[in-house]
Parts: sequence; C-alpha cells; structure tokens
Amino acid sequence: MERKAFNENDQKELAQSTIKSKDQYSFWREMWKRLSRHRIAIVGGIVVLTLYIMVIFAGFLSPYHPNRTFRQYFYHPPTRVHFTDETGSLTRPYIYGTESVGWGQYETVEDEKYEIQFFHRGDPHTVGPFTTNFQLFGIEGYEQPFFILGSDGYGRDLFTRLLYGGRVSMFIGFVAIFISTSIGMLVGGISGYYGGWVDEVLMRFAEVIMSIPGFYLLLALAAVMPIDIPSQMRFFFIISILAFRGWAGMARVIRGMVLSAKNEEYVQAARAIGASDKRIIIKHVLPVTTTYVIVSATVAVPGYIIMESGLSFIGLGIQEPAASWGNMLAAAQNITSITGFPWMLIPGFMIFIACLSYNLLGDGLRDALDPKSTIR
Amino acid sequence: MKTYIIRRILYAIPLLLAISLFSFMIMQLSPGDYLDQLRMNPDISRQVLNTMERDFGLDRSVPEQYALWLGQVLRGNLGRSFTYRVPVTQVIGSRIMNTLILSFAAMVLAWGVSIPVGIYSATRKYTIGDNIFTSLAFVGLSIPNFFFALLLLYGIVTFNLNWPIQGMTSITHDMMTPVQQFIDILKHLAVPAVVLGTASMAGLTRQMRGQMIDAMTSDYVRTARSKGLMERVVVYKHALRNAINPMITIFGFQISALLGGAALTEIVTGWPGLGTLMLNAVRSKDLYLAMAGLMMGSVLLILGNLIADVLLAMSDPRIRYN
Repeated sequence: MERKAFNENDQKELAQSTIKSKDQYSFWREMWKRLSRHRIAIVGGIVVLTLYIMVIFAGFLSPYHPNRTFRQYFYHPPTRVHFTDETGSLTRPYIYGTESVGWGQYETVEDEKYEIQFFHRGDPHTVGPFTTNFQLFGIEGYEQPFFILGSDGYGRDLFTRLLYGGRVSMFIGFVAIFISTSIGMLVGGISGYYGGWVDEVLMRFAEVIMSIPGFYLLLALAAVMPIDIPSQMRFFFIISILAFRGWAGMARVIRGMVLSAKNEEYVQAARAIGASDKRIIIKHVLPVTTTYVIVSATVAVPGYIIMESGLSFIGLGIQEPAASWGNMLAAAQNITSITGFPWMLIPGFMIFIACLSYNLLGDGLRDALDPKSTIR
Repeated sequence: MKTYIIRRILYAIPLLLAISLFSFMIMQLSPGDYLDQLRMNPDISRQVLNTMERDFGLDRSVPEQYALWLGQVLRGNLGRSFTYRVPVTQVIGSRIMNTLILSFAAMVLAWGVSIPVGIYSATRKYTIGDNIFTSLAFVGLSIPNFFFALLLLYGIVTFNLNWPIQGMTSITHDMMTPVQQFIDILKHLAVPAVVLGTASMAGLTRQMRGQMIDAMTSDYVRTARSKGLMERVVVYKHALRNAINPMITIFGFQISALLGGAALTEIVTGWPGLGTLMLNAVRSKDLYLAMAGLMMGSVLLILGNLIADVLLAMSDPRIRYN
C-alpha cells in the first residue's frame, strides 16, 4: 500500500517538475526573449499590428463609406481642424465650411461652422457579422465634407479610402505569402524526401518559373484575369498569382534542407519504428525548416505588398471603385495632380510605412531565430 | 571552364523550350484575342478580319499555333506584332537595348555606392556613420520603386529644376549634335537609373556589410593583423577579397530583380524599354510581342546567372567547374 502511495506522489512530483522545466525553457520563449532585445524590431511589430487593427476596423475609424462621393469637392485639400474659437479660447474641435472657387480650388466660408462629433452615426458599415452606422468621428450631414487627408478626383475621402485600401494591401501580402509558403514547404518536402523523378519534375518546373523575370510573369498572369469580375474575385486572383510566382524559390531551399535532414539519425529512427512517410515528413523533417520559413516569410511580405500595389498602380490589379494603396497612388501619376494636390501621394507613404515595419520586424526575427546570423 | 559554359548553354535550351510552352499556355488562357478589339470597329469588314485571322493563325488550335510559332522562332522569325504591324524583332531590338542601358546604369550606380559603403560600415561597426547608412538601407529597401520615382518627379517639378522627367529624349533631340544627343539621353537616364539603383543599393549594402563583418572576424584576418600588416592591407587585401565572392553570386539574382524592378520604373518614367513594351503587349493581347518579351526577359536572366557563375569562378580560385 505504502509503496503505491509513494509511486503516486512520485509521479505527481515528476509531472510537476516537467511542467516547471517547460515553463523555464521552450523554443518560443527563448525566441521571444531574444526578439524583445531588438527594440526597433519590436517597434516594427507594433506598427504592423496597429496597421492591421486600423484596416480591420476601417468602417469604425473612418467617417464615410469608401465610395461616398462629394461631386463638388474633388481634389479638396485636407480640412483644417480648429480647436479654438474666434476669441481664442479652447472649444470642441470644429471645421469651417468650404466653397469651390475654381477647378480644384476652395475657399473657407467663415460663417459656416461644423462641430466634429465623436461616436456619431454616419454611413453603415459591417464589423464581422454586424452592420452598424456607429463611427468614431464625423460631422453632421453630407452638405459639407470633412476630409482629414483631403479628397481625390471624384471627391471621395482619402482617409477613408486609405483605411479600406489598406485591407487589400495588407491582407493580400499576408495571405499570398501564407499560400506560397505552404506550397513551397509541400513541394520542397516531397521533392527532397522522395527524390527520383518526382524531384526532377517538380524542381524543373520550379526552375521554369524562376527563369522568367518576376514582373513579366506577373504581367502575363494578370492579363489572364477577365476584366469584368467582381473585386472580391480579383482579390483572390491576385493572391493566387502572387503565390504562384512565389513558391518556387521557397521550395528550392526547403528541398535542400530536407535533403540533409532526411539522413539524420532521428529520421532513420522514426523510419525504423515504422512511421509513415507522411508522419515523418510532417513531424520530423519539416520542423527543421521552421526558423527559415518564419524569417523568410516575414521578410518576403513587403515584396508582396509592393508587387500588389505595383500591379494595381499600372491598372492590372485591384480596379476602381475598390480601393488599394496601389490604385490610389495611380491617381497621382500625372504631373498636375502631383504638384497641385500633393496629398494624393499619401498612399505611397502608407506602402512605405507598412514595408518598413515588416522589414524591421523581419530583421529582428532573423537575428533572434538564427543563431548563425551575423548581419546586425 | 569552356566545357562548363557550353554545358550550361546546352542545358538552357530545354529550359527555354519549357518557358516558351509555359508562357504560350498562359497567354492562351487570357480571354479574347487581339482581333476582339478590331471586331468592335464597324469600319473593318468581316473579310478583312478573316484574312487577318488566317494570317496570324488565330483560327487554328492552340497546339498548332504553338508549333507554328516555334517553327518560326527557330528560323529566327519572332512573328509579327499585331499592333505595330511590323516584325516583332524590329520593335523589340531597340527596347532591349534601352532596358540594358537602364539596368547597366543602375547597376554601376548600385555597386559603385554599396561596396564602399558596406566596407565603411563593416570596419566602423555601430558608429554614427554605420547607423545612418543602415537606416538609409532600410528606407531604400522599403520604398517601392514607382513611389520613389513619383517622389523624385514631385521634387523636380516643385523645386523647378530644369530636368527632363519623361521618356528618353527631348523633342528637339533630332536637331542636336551627337554630343548634345548623348548628354540629352544621359539627363533622361538619371531619374530612372537613380530609382532603380537605390532599390538594389539597399540590399547590396546590407549584404556587403554582413559579408565583410564575417570576413573581418575570421582567423586569417587575426593572423594578418598579428603579423603586423597595415590595417589598410588587412582590410582590402585579406578581408575584402573573401567578402566579395558571395556578392558575385548575388549579382546573378540582382539581374532578375533589376529586370523586374525596371519594368515598373520604366512605366512611371516613360523610359521606352522592354517593361513598357511588355505592359502594352499584354494589355492589347499582342500575342507574339508578349511572347517575345517574356522569352527575351528569360534569356537575359539565364545569361545573367551564367555570367555570375563564370565571374565567381574567375575571382575565386577555390571554385572549379568540371
């Protein structure tokens, strides 16, 4: 009896001690510790997260519907927000009304005052399954528009479209990289593990894709898209195009890693106890590539964002009236709009900020995850 | 070496064949053909359309069309451009030249700046200068080419600089003396070359710095220092020569990036290169022109990789191809 009791106690203790040691050391914990030492990488990560939150809650954060047009107010400069009244004392923020006095030129009307309302009811938008018209800020009615960052050539609010367009730009990169990474891992894993003619066929195909200059291939693929499909379909088309172009390089590297991993003793051991090929590839071989995959995926996202906005910029990607940072920037392409309405360049800065933060995050991750890395 | 190069070229033949088949399939996937636009035009009679269809072989099946095209290509005829109504070779020749000029200028700029900056950063790690260059590299890495081009155009126009911003030549180009013409082209080249050059500069500087740091911490550098060599000799003769080898491999990838990046930069700055041509060809479904563009791009890429490998073998005596 006593002996059994001792055993139970012993087991409990043992179990506890394993939990404790798990607490003290794990791969992810160690990685997090190393990453948190990179201040700049953390800042990059925070900016990336903020951008995602902003674009997800675009409907709530922006004052209008992305396609609401104020016909008389095209190329309207950013509206000035006033915090003090005529006497100079602090009041609720308000804006003055404006009036068109020429092509893309506006004058303020001092006797029209519009108070900025917070948590007001404006254009309806959907948040997940709910439809609501609750918005963070805005002004009453649609007589006078409130453009924080100005308006475009159709009189649409740039700030609103920036947030909605960010959805496209931020998520296309993310989803496309996820798909191309999955395909790359699958193809690389199969190719490296089985070898032989499977390897030969898959790698030759990857080589063909890699031998066509990337942007030319994107151009040709984008031309395959029918013109009159809904923007959601276009979104998925572009994702598949980007993923299709991107998996080859990843597959090549993964294949090499798998080739060297499959002769390791633990893989032979797994094979000796009769594990299936699928199990060996997924459980034993592919985890070797985890660090590489995480780092290269993070580093590759900016490239995908740039490719998407590039395609949209030349008119082969996301089409009007749907917004994307690329097609918004396309409106700034001619000299008159650049010089006369410089706020049209803002979408470009958004692309730049998104890419910069991803690059900083990726650089920190590389340092944190790869013990061999020396680039600092 | 000679056998290696010959083998690589022989190997490129089936690769190019596969690329052509693959691109032809993509082009066929796209809905409609060039004649669709003409069909909408009521001035063009049915008869003319039928003749054109026959002339261009658009009424045959896809495999037949491919076979016809391939047969023509092997005889050195890249087909006729639908839109320009002249042989593709005539259109594409000057465009390739322009893209090469642009890429070459960008490459000279990028390498000329990033190698010295990389060495400077690596030998003065974590100093203010190094930090500034590193930050600049991140900025360069994150800014899309087409946006940077727009910013440059914006700067030139707002500061009223007298600098050409569109195309490759001025309107008065034909009336200039050859020297003036050359300067005119150089002026037009500046904006796209700077845009394209800075794009690859960022990555190159980071790579060079990393390689150089690796080399500077290696044993042979310590040995060189301890036997009392001057720091200059240690850096430039011992460390640099080893650090530069991986850069030559990157040179191969660079060509791909340059060609791809060049396309967008060309479109924004109106540089009449292969990229602008490809965009127009793809948009107007000019099948043979687009095919030629894809093939020429691939040939340039494969050639670039081959050149990189050969250069590597020449610079690194440890590498022997047999």
